[in-house]
Amino acid sequence: MRAYVSVCRMRFLNGLQYRAAALAGVATQLFFGLIFIMVYIAFYNGSTVQAPISLQDIVAYIWLQQIFLAFIMLWARDNEIFQLITGGSIAYELCRPCGIYPFWFAKLLAQRLSSALLRCFPILLIVFFLPEPYRLSLPESPGAFALFLITLALGLLLVVSVSMLIYISVFWTLSPTGSILMVSVAGEFFAGMIMPIPLMPQWLQTITYVLPFRWAVDLPFRVYSGHIPADEALWGILIQLGWLAFLVGTGRLLLRRALRQVVVQGG
Amino acid sequence: MIYFRYMSLHFRSQLQYRASFWLLTLGQFFIPFSVFAGLYLMFERFGQLQGWSFFEAALCFAVIHLAFSLSECFARGFDSFSSLVGGGEFDRLLVRPRSTAVQVLGSRFEFNRIGRLVQSAIVLVWAVSSLPVAWTAAKAFTLVLMIVGGTLIFTGIYMLAATLCFWTIQGLEVANIFTDGGREMAQYPLNIYQKWVTVFFTFIIPFGCVSYLPLLFILDRVQGPPLLYMLMPLGGAVFVLPCLLVWLVGVRYYRSTGS
Repeated sequence: MRAYVSVCRMRFLNGLQYRAAALAGVATQLFFGLIFIMVYIAFYNGSTVQAPISLQDIVAYIWLQQIFLAFIMLWARDNEIFQLITGGSIAYELCRPCGIYPFWFAKLLAQRLSSALLRCFPILLIVFFLPEPYRLSLPESPGAFALFLITLALGLLLVVSVSMLIYISVFWTLSPTGSILMVSVAGEFFAGMIMPIPLMPQWLQTITYVLPFRWAVDLPFRVYSGHIPADEALWGILIQLGWLAFLVGTGRLLLRRALRQVVVQGG
Repeated sequence: MIYFRYMSLHFRSQLQYRASFWLLTLGQFFIPFSVFAGLYLMFERFGQLQGWSFFEAALCFAVIHLAFSLSECFARGFDSFSSLVGGGEFDRLLVRPRSTAVQVLGSRFEFNRIGRLVQSAIVLVWAVSSLPVAWTAAKAFTLVLMIVGGTLIFTGIYMLAATLCFWTIQGLEVANIFTDGGREMAQYPLNIYQKWVTVFFTFIIPFGCVSYLPLLFILDRVQGPPLLYMLMPLGGAVFVLPCLLVWLVGVRYYRSTGS
């Protein structure tokens, strides 16, 4: 266990080095957040239909999405791992006295944590002080905030376990770009990153509820604003745990099978 | 022309990995597809967008995405320019007896972006055929101008971002605000935004000149001389000239990293 914690810490410190890039990221995310909110305001303004989610909740949804983008984006990738697999250096990785699955898992987790932590505080500071329709509202209640933190953390683990599957698939496909592109485009849509899930038509919402992606993104953000009440959130946590067990189990199984096929050539 | 020689070389080399090429092309097809699906579903939910109908917004979407994918196909060399400078390969381009802009432009082509292109083209045809607009030669011409002008603006932004590499070596993520962000922003009619956004993206980076303003002419919503709105995209295209100038200045002050 100590080894995984320390790889986590090392990656984390490494990620903190790129402060200029983080600053640029902050500016980009603020801009995107503002633009998206303006579009939703325009949709809400002239509308005569009753929307299933309030504009204030949408604004919170969008800001949280931008703030925790590093937690939830599926297209983030660690080229080191790809090169390990396609370049053959995987042999060294196999020599380590610890399991590859938890080792990579810790590494990917730390990358997302460090890049989110660098970016979230400046954005938070700004979006709490924006003028009215754009301001991020405070969480619904202390209880909702606590549930938000739990679901967000579990959501992060879910996203990492999904991306582990992408890395493992490279053992068979050898070229990461195609599979990543497909998984991340579909995953993003069904997570509610393109449009918030409550605004989707009913049949589409049903699909998103059976897929894992929604539980990593949509659930925590709506728990924050109170759009998902506490009792429903508790059920959500159970479902998150179920998915997590399933995805990690599948990942470990597939990785073991992949490693059995690996033939290390000398030289 | 040497640019097209480069192009055919890249095309043939990318086709060597056929399966990967088609998979990427397919993926590129689906990226804007999911965004467009979002747009469609939002209109299904709300009916309109501050007075704009779905097909009007779809036309705007198609023009910007077509322009973006064209510029990604053909001007991608500038986008990956930081690696040329960082690796010292730019020095090699400098000693060749050709213009640097053309060589950098030719250093990379992304033909798998054709997936994106096809998707936007389908949206364009759908929007054009469903809009209750009396199409005239002038309007069709304006539409073409919009796409060409948009492509030039995106190319100009790529050039500006590449020029920055001369001083910073690394590419800057901020440039994404103007390429990806500009695309996200300009896929809707510009007047739904706050004033500062509209002003910035009309007078500084003239996306408004290639999408929103000529769109008013096509949809017969103009007040004032229609010819002015019709030729707006030309004004937008002028944006690329100062970018080219900045690029030339950058090349002149270039000092190799020595690697």
